Amino acid sequence: MEKKNNLRAWLYLAPLLILMAVFTFYPLINAFIVSSYKGYLPLSGTADGIDLFYNYGVILKNPLFKKAIINTFIIAGVSVPVSIFLSLLIAVSLKSIPKLKGLFQTIYFLPYVTNTIAIGMAFAFMFHEDYGVINLILGWFGVSPVNWLGGTATYAAQMIALLILTIWNGLAFKILVFTSGLENIDKQYYDAAKIDSASKWTVFKRITVPLLSPLILYISITSVIGALKAYNSVVGLFGDVKLGAQNNSMITIVAFVYQYKDGYTDKGYISYAAAASIILFFITAVISILQTIVSKKRVHY
Amino acid sequence: MEIKMVNLTKIFISKGKKEVHAVDHVDLVIPSGKLIGLLGPSGCGKSTTLYLIAGLLRQTEGQIYFGEEEMSETPPEKRGIGLVFQNYALYPHMTVRENILFPLENLRVEKEEAKKRTYDMAKLVGLEEMLDRKPKELSGGQQQRVAIARALVKTPRVLLLDEPLSNLDARLRLQTREEIKRIQRETKITTVFVTHDQEEAMSISDEIVVMKDGVIQQMGEPQAVYDKPANLFVAKFLGNPQINVFDGEIKNKEILIEGMVVGKKDMPDQKIFVGVRPEAFVVDNENQASFRFKVDLVETIGRDTTLIFDMQDDSENILDKKTFKAIIDAGFRIKADDIVHFNIKPDKMHLFDLNGNIL
Repeated sequence: MEKKNNLRAWLYLAPLLILMAVFTFYPLINAFIVSSYKGYLPLSGTADGIDLFYNYGVILKNPLFKKAIINTFIIAGVSVPVSIFLSLLIAVSLKSIPKLKGLFQTIYFLPYVTNTIAIGMAFAFMFHEDYGVINLILGWFGVSPVNWLGGTATYAAQMIALLILTIWNGLAFKILVFTSGLENIDKQYYDAAKIDSASKWTVFKRITVPLLSPLILYISITSVIGALKAYNSVVGLFGDVKLGAQNNSMITIVAFVYQYKDGYTDKGYISYAAAASIILFFITAVISILQTIVSKKRVHY
Repeated sequence: MEIKMVNLTKIFISKGKKEVHAVDHVDLVIPSGKLIGLLGPSGCGKSTTLYLIAGLLRQTEGQIYFGEEEMSETPPEKRGIGLVFQNYALYPHMTVRENILFPLENLRVEKEEAKKRTYDMAKLVGLEEMLDRKPKELSGGQQQRVAIARALVKTPRVLLLDEPLSNLDARLRLQTREEIKRIQRETKITTVFVTHDQEEAMSISDEIVVMKDGVIQQMGEPQAVYDKPANLFVAKFLGNPQINVFDGEIKNKEILIEGMVVGKKDMPDQKIFVGVRPEAFVVDNENQASFRFKVDLVETIGRDTTLIFDMQDDSENILDKKTFKAIIDAGFRIKADDIVHFNIKPDKMHLFDLNGNIL
């Protein structure tokens, strides 16, 4: 009886397990293996030997990879907290306008169903130095036109543009999750807080945020993972050749992986790409574990 | 702090655009320092009245005064009230201490003072050992007392309790009932509490207010309301077992039930309802008293015997049968199918016209 049930359970799990084995576990293991070949050429299938750390050493010394790591960390470090805070505020504000809530929810959700590349292109127009709406609005406040994305744009300008795009793009899903989370908070807590003379800010800080903390944890883990994989937004804003106002100035880890993967005809490049992706894998895993440990003390229930 | 409601009305618009008068032109004065029970069946507007006093709901019409001060437009946080919710609404992520401290923090009470008041309040409700626990680690009764402490810690002018005992089991309910009464006596805060349980209201209130369909039916000391109900609804709502209501008539200044004389009343002949409390029946078999019936069922519990009987035997369906209850001393040996004669205590018998108003 027991055995039969087990077999049935495995059968139910089989479709997912097979797909994961083919498209997740095999590539992951294969990436490990490829990252350990020295001078590997996939076309001929030849390598100069196996050295577990050789490729890691090469890319960690590569200034482009360092730049990719710095860019990726800035994107994740800034866009995640800012977008979580903004989406919380928006979700809470939406709650106080029940009549227009549906309309605004739809508006805020539109970016989620829109292609990131298309959004990037739209933003590229908006950030255009001469014709963009951003500089037009800044002009009303007496700010002279900023070169956001042009060939001589400063690092800060392009990064700000990229961050704004990333934050805006990430709001939709978070707002959706937080709004539904807010609906599940018993209205009585808010009535009680009113009776207890709590100000709006106190209610947000002491009641809403703690009661949403499990969701905030979930959102922060998933969006850190998402942000570490940033690529589409860079391509959308700058195109997949330049990856920045100057060549590769906004390169990310994933973009680095793509570049070296595309250079697989050169000796050892595919192994560099594999090594970079393994590094990204470990960074993601470590940050997620840290987040879970830290927030265990701060998340209630 | 005396609470005065003048012409207070709350109209809800239901989904079908229908107006529901949850509270309908209520005029009520709640005397200072008293414990008042707002009593009525569900949907009678008692909770709405409480939330109007709290300011969590805004009245459609009318005014609310605390003492001389008009409160009608004052937001809840400025009214100086404490409110205990039906489900307590304790903040689940805060400890007992933080829960009680929360209102004081918002009122910017100085830290040492706030700490002291929190401790004193925890002591008053007997939870000084539990200050560092989370609400879910407490029993229902303890959570209830935390809610009371949180409501009282800011020394409110008025304490409001919304069905405070409904989530407790029977034993805890009795105990907490006494507790609420004790705390109210010690603090002397004007307290209004809402309940649908007449026994609960009668046992702890200084005065009760009986409501139905948003309208106040009667207000007074519990025993006074029980003894002199203003109408049939109040008479039926108070008392367990319920009052017996017989179809009767007044004829030649005599009160008749099914043609049997049960008393005298100097009034013109008319059809009436005769309300008789179960404890009003006095067995009188020796004198063959005129009111008699055949007993259907006898239940003896402890010192009381309950006799269950029906008057009309015409109804075929047993569920349609209108039954009546008489409570007598367990000393009488009465079996089912016995015919028993009764006198009815006149002060436990209430006469109502066909609209349910007292005669």
